[in-house]
Amino acid sequence: MKSKSFEGFMKGIFIVSAMMSILAIILICYFIFAGGIPFIAEYGVKGFLLGTEWKPSNNPASFGILPMILGSVYVTIGAIIIGVPIGILTATYLSKFCGDKLYRVLKPSINLMSGIPSIVYGFFALTVIVPIMRNLFGGTGMNIVTASILLGIMILPTIIGMSEASIRAVPQSYYEGSVGLGATHERAIMTVVLPAARSGILSSVILGIGRAIGETMAVILVAGNQARMPKGILKGVRTMTTNIVIEMAYAADQHREALIATAAILFIFILIINATFLIVKRRSAN
Amino acid sequence: MSKISVKNMDLYYGDFHALKNINMEIESNEITAFIGPSGCGKSTLLKSLNRMNDLVEGCKITGDILLDGKDIYASNFDINLLRKRVGMVFQKPNPFPMSIYDNIAYGPRTHGIKSKSKLDDIVEKSLRNAAIWNEVKNDLKKNALRISGGQQQRICIARALAVDPEVLLMDEPTSALDPISTAKIEDLVHELKKDYTIVMVTHNMQQATRVSDKTAFFLTGEVVEFGKTEDIFSVPKDKRTEYYITGRFG
Repeated sequence: MKSKSFEGFMKGIFIVSAMMSILAIILICYFIFAGGIPFIAEYGVKGFLLGTEWKPSNNPASFGILPMILGSVYVTIGAIIIGVPIGILTATYLSKFCGDKLYRVLKPSINLMSGIPSIVYGFFALTVIVPIMRNLFGGTGMNIVTASILLGIMILPTIIGMSEASIRAVPQSYYEGSVGLGATHERAIMTVVLPAARSGILSSVILGIGRAIGETMAVILVAGNQARMPKGILKGVRTMTTNIVIEMAYAADQHREALIATAAILFIFILIINATFLIVKRRSAN
Repeated sequence: MSKISVKNMDLYYGDFHALKNINMEIESNEITAFIGPSGCGKSTLLKSLNRMNDLVEGCKITGDILLDGKDIYASNFDINLLRKRVGMVFQKPNPFPMSIYDNIAYGPRTHGIKSKSKLDDIVEKSLRNAAIWNEVKNDLKKNALRISGGQQQRICIARALAVDPEVLLMDEPTSALDPISTAKIEDLVHELKKDYTIVMVTHNMQQATRVSDKTAFFLTGEVVEFGKTEDIFSVPKDKRTEYYITGRFG
């Protein structure tokens, strides 16, 4: 009898623990959407999403976040262009070419990359990449390319980790079938093993996109942060995340609501990315 | 000259002596069956014939294996060309996760054939030779994983035939299949004998008697007896062979 009541008690604890995270996500949703949607409704969806002017201190103020949406999209695309090929090739190397000794060094280093605080990445980029960009292309050195390189590095552990796992999960029989037909090691991997792992690799890319679009503290140091329509890849840009951080400290009233609304749009982006991730994963399970 | 000759061959996995002093002549256009209990080395020898054992870490081979008189373990022997000439069909059907067409075209493409019409011809011919053309000719774009296990195995045979091999190694090709699919594969193997030299590992002694010309009986890494299939099964010279084929162990 006593053990039964104890079991019930423990069951309660588990349920409460499980509920905590759900509660957290519900509260976040509520806070973001309750704070953001009324503003968007009042200001106008079109004017907010497609407005090209972000001038909170003008009278009347304009709150168009298209520059920031494009800023986020551009640096994310840049990060993908830089990070995905390197990430997939690294994962391929780790799982199929690398010797044991080297693997024991490389794998923990890559794991360590995901543990480095983003501000440290940002500081690294500020002191290393920014001067290089400045010397190469002039200007401040803080621009879309700089932010893309930084984000491309930051998403590597996500892409490498998941891609490597999915490459390793490909049955050895595919590889054997290929070399059994006279294919070289490289050809077997590039034409049979990697395509067989493609949905896992695609999932890793989507997670990487999510990481890149949500990154804030690193980007803020190197992106330039100009709230204007992006004028070229060597010009500064402001992302949705940095827009919120930069102005939240002094924003009030409508301005503050506009920032919360920016967060709501960012949140919707993340939801879409996660939904895509789930769909890709489910499809790969079939 | 025999197609493949194995001479004084020993194979080690690390410290484990897996094959002991193997000597065997495999003739052209014959079916040679390897029988014996699990772990006796029959698959190991099979995989040595196209150097698939190279993929196993710590595998070491001494002695010679000659294909048309040339040592396939010589350093100047092109291993990819060897595997093109000595094709392999695996125990578990392992079509690639791509269309039937691309599965068959994979080998020819690997060896540099790009012309669409040439590939079309090879695909059709290979599927016909593997006795599966009529079943899949309207579904060439279908993913090869979406057909039955028996069909998959014939796709794998067609895929092996598509690179125009001289020898076909089959590692228990029917052990994962139902009796009807097994019968189809056995008929097919019988047909293929005209054009290819076939070496087949089997767990099934009836299968060996049904399809093979020669049989080798393996036990703990040694070839106990090798000869004409009818002799092995009717008048075995060695007591251990007799015990095995009469079912006293194994």
